[in-house]
Amino acid sequence: MEIITSVLGGILFATGIYNLLQKQLLRIIIGTALISHGAHLLILTMGRLKTGKPPILVDGVTQYTDPLPQALILTSIVISFGVTSLLLVLAYRASKLNNSDNMDELRGTENE
Amino acid sequence: MIYAVFAPLIILLLIPIFNKWKDKIHTGWFVLPVPLLVFLYFIPFVGSDFTTKTESYSWIPSLGISLDFYLDGLSLLFVLLISGIGTLVVLYSIFYLHKSEQIGHFYIYLMMFMVSMLGVVLSDNVFVLYTFWEFTSISSFLLIGFWNHRERSRYGALKSMMITVFGGLSLLGGFILLSIITNTTSIRGMIENSHLIIESPLLPLVLVFLALGAFTKSAQFPFHIWLPDAMEAPTPVSAYLHSATMVKAGIYLIARFSPILAGEPSFFVLVSIVGIITLCWGSYMAVRQTDLKGILAFSTISQLGMIMAMLGFGTQAAIFAAVFHILNHATFKGSLFMIAGIIDHETGTRDIRKLGGLMTFMPMSATLALFGILSMSGFPLPFLNGFYSKELFFDSANALNAYTGGFLGFLQEALPYLAVFGSIFTFVYSMYFFFGTFRGQAKLEELPKKPHEAPIGMLISPIILVLGVLVIGLFPNVFVNGLLGHTATAVSGEFYEPHEIYFWHGWDYKPFLMTLVVIALGVLLTVTRKKWSSIYNVFPRHLSFNTVYDFIMDKTETVSSRITKTYMTGSLRHYMSYILVAIIAITSIVLVVTNGFDINTSYLATITIPEVLVAIMMAVAAIATIFTNSRLAAIIILGVVGYGLSILFVIYQAPDLALTQLIIETVTVALFLLCFYHLPELRKRDDTLAVKSSNTIISVGFGVLITLIAISSHSNKLFEPISSYFVETSKSLGGGANIVNVILVDMRGLDTLFEITVLGIAALAIYGMLKIRRDKEAK
Repeated sequence: MEIITSVLGGILFATGIYNLLQKQLLRIIIGTALISHGAHLLILTMGRLKTGKPPILVDGVTQYTDPLPQALILTSIVISFGVTSLLLVLAYRASKLNNSDNMDELRGTENE
Repeated sequence: MIYAVFAPLIILLLIPIFNKWKDKIHTGWFVLPVPLLVFLYFIPFVGSDFTTKTESYSWIPSLGISLDFYLDGLSLLFVLLISGIGTLVVLYSIFYLHKSEQIGHFYIYLMMFMVSMLGVVLSDNVFVLYTFWEFTSISSFLLIGFWNHRERSRYGALKSMMITVFGGLSLLGGFILLSIITNTTSIRGMIENSHLIIESPLLPLVLVFLALGAFTKSAQFPFHIWLPDAMEAPTPVSAYLHSATMVKAGIYLIARFSPILAGEPSFFVLVSIVGIITLCWGSYMAVRQTDLKGILAFSTISQLGMIMAMLGFGTQAAIFAAVFHILNHATFKGSLFMIAGIIDHETGTRDIRKLGGLMTFMPMSATLALFGILSMSGFPLPFLNGFYSKELFFDSANALNAYTGGFLGFLQEALPYLAVFGSIFTFVYSMYFFFGTFRGQAKLEELPKKPHEAPIGMLISPIILVLGVLVIGLFPNVFVNGLLGHTATAVSGEFYEPHEIYFWHGWDYKPFLMTLVVIALGVLLTVTRKKWSSIYNVFPRHLSFNTVYDFIMDKTETVSSRITKTYMTGSLRHYMSYILVAIIAITSIVLVVTNGFDINTSYLATITIPEVLVAIMMAVAAIATIFTNSRLAAIIILGVVGYGLSILFVIYQAPDLALTQLIIETVTVALFLLCFYHLPELRKRDDTLAVKSSNTIISVGFGVLITLIAISSHSNKLFEPISSYFVETSKSLGGGANIVNVILVDMRGLDTLFEITVLGIAALAIYGMLKIRRDKEAK
């Protein structure tokens, strides 16, 4: 199963990067969201899948899944949410100010 | 000794104070005692009973760098030249520079130069020497650009800086190699361990680096081009830096390392050939110049080439002739520069085509110039020092017999002829300088000022230098016993038994015959100069090394700007592509080279239908984000991926993750909807096929790479995870049954704290972006 999730992670990364290389700000943000999904999936995969019960202590159970990757992913989800929402508002403001969300048009001036 | 070296530095710091009174007293008078005192300090060392002297001061002990000052015959000769001519130049500059000039700056730069030059010749530590070496370049740059409102001055200053610093840096490379080979930073230590250097495979590199440093500093062919342009400096600077001292730093360097390298065939070939070419080319080109200082600059180049060639010969006789000529050249060339400055000062021009017949107006200057000129051309009169060293030069070129056959033998045979050739032109330009300026018809109407004799203060320094020419010419053996013998000993590395110098060796003495040939042909060429000067047009002016320099400087700017423009396009897509391609390339190379890919199927979890279906759904949704052109569809498909992920979390026994992912995905989708309402509609992509395919290649490549890394790293479990500790102690230490939550707030609570901070900052930033506006939208 780990191989399937690895391939899925790869697909998420590939599509995310394809979106990242586009001109429109929207697509770029979609790309970052896909990449963070891929990263979370891979962290989980690295911790080995389905080795036991959920990591909540229950009497009589000795085998739990690895809790550490889950804690890491939880932190990461929140952070990527914060970054995504910031990016969204940034895109909103940038396109409002410049009347464009095309990255080819949103360039710095020559002499900065 | 350290006080003598740093004395100019002390006065340098006081110059701004003295400069406040410059309207009453010229600042130069305050500066004048310093070089004089340094000179008087070093004079008592001269004598036949000279012994070397060492002083050491700690500077950077951990790197083995200390201020080691070492006074031997070679340093003593240079120290006396630097301080002696320095005194005369300061005296001359008092009358040359008017008080309305920025004389405070002038003397600060000049004293800076004097410190660095004294440091160069007295340092025993190579890195200290290098430090002082670069200071000579910097202060020379400042002095050449002294009249910085003139375009030519700035050009000349930059050119000399570029070329000498280029050489200086290669010199540093040579010093580093030397200190690695010998494991010492002391020059004397290197000379003691010279067998290590000679046997080292790095010897050619050391030789080339040292030679580059010396050749650029001493204006050797083809690096001589900066010296004529440095003539834009005030004349005292030209007289001091560009004839007597700085340009001899390269000579000093070669002389200093001569005990190690002399005797090496490669050293002989490199230094002699470059020296003799410089001698011939400099003297040949000097005749072409129309500017008095231009003639003297090419003359300096040629004389330095002659000294360099003699050091390259490496025999005791040649080394002695070289050090003798260092002294002689400093005396007559210094005086000639000062005369050129006087002519410029009193007539308003240095163009030899406008000058002429000045002898009647300036008899003193003409007399002084005559002695300098005759000494420079090596005229056989018993009171001119230039003749002795020129004759010794011919003698040493004739006496070369270390090699037979082959290229070295041929070179050895050819050197005397080249020496004679160069000397003929030396004679021609010397006569041209004198007769063009002082004889012939005076063209008073072309001169900006009416010429008259210079003030006596200005004439003192050239008078003293010409007296030096005469005294050395009349009593050469006094100088040989007291000073030059020790210098030759220091350069050759073994004791030099001073030989008596005679004026007359008899008619059949070969160097004398060569001198006669030089004078006969020289007179002939001088008389017929107008007839043959058209040969200079065979090589037009633009075919020179200046063109090469200008071409390099120009191309460095335009080509580098063109290169930068090709990749710094301003497009984020390009920069993103560079980063991704670099990651893909480097990582896959590492993966292939280390044979890192590895599949181990023994740990794999079982595959069940639901999770495969979810995975397929997520993959299809992810791919669909690329192809949809509707923003609503794009948001919803992105939501599908997120919700799919939370289902996977459920399947993989991660309840907290599933919960968080569900909520966050919902909020994100809501946010997306909120924002997308205000954002422009998704457009059809108008990318070209090439852009599309390169994007595809990059993204697919990256995805494949990630998959491969994930699979192979999953297959390699190097050690057991530490999670069993969390499972065991969650209850006892953390007091909670939910292990993930205990980790988040107890075991690794710091992560959570800053994750909260991240959210807070994001919230504040969003608030700021929405509320703080400077444009017309602001409410």
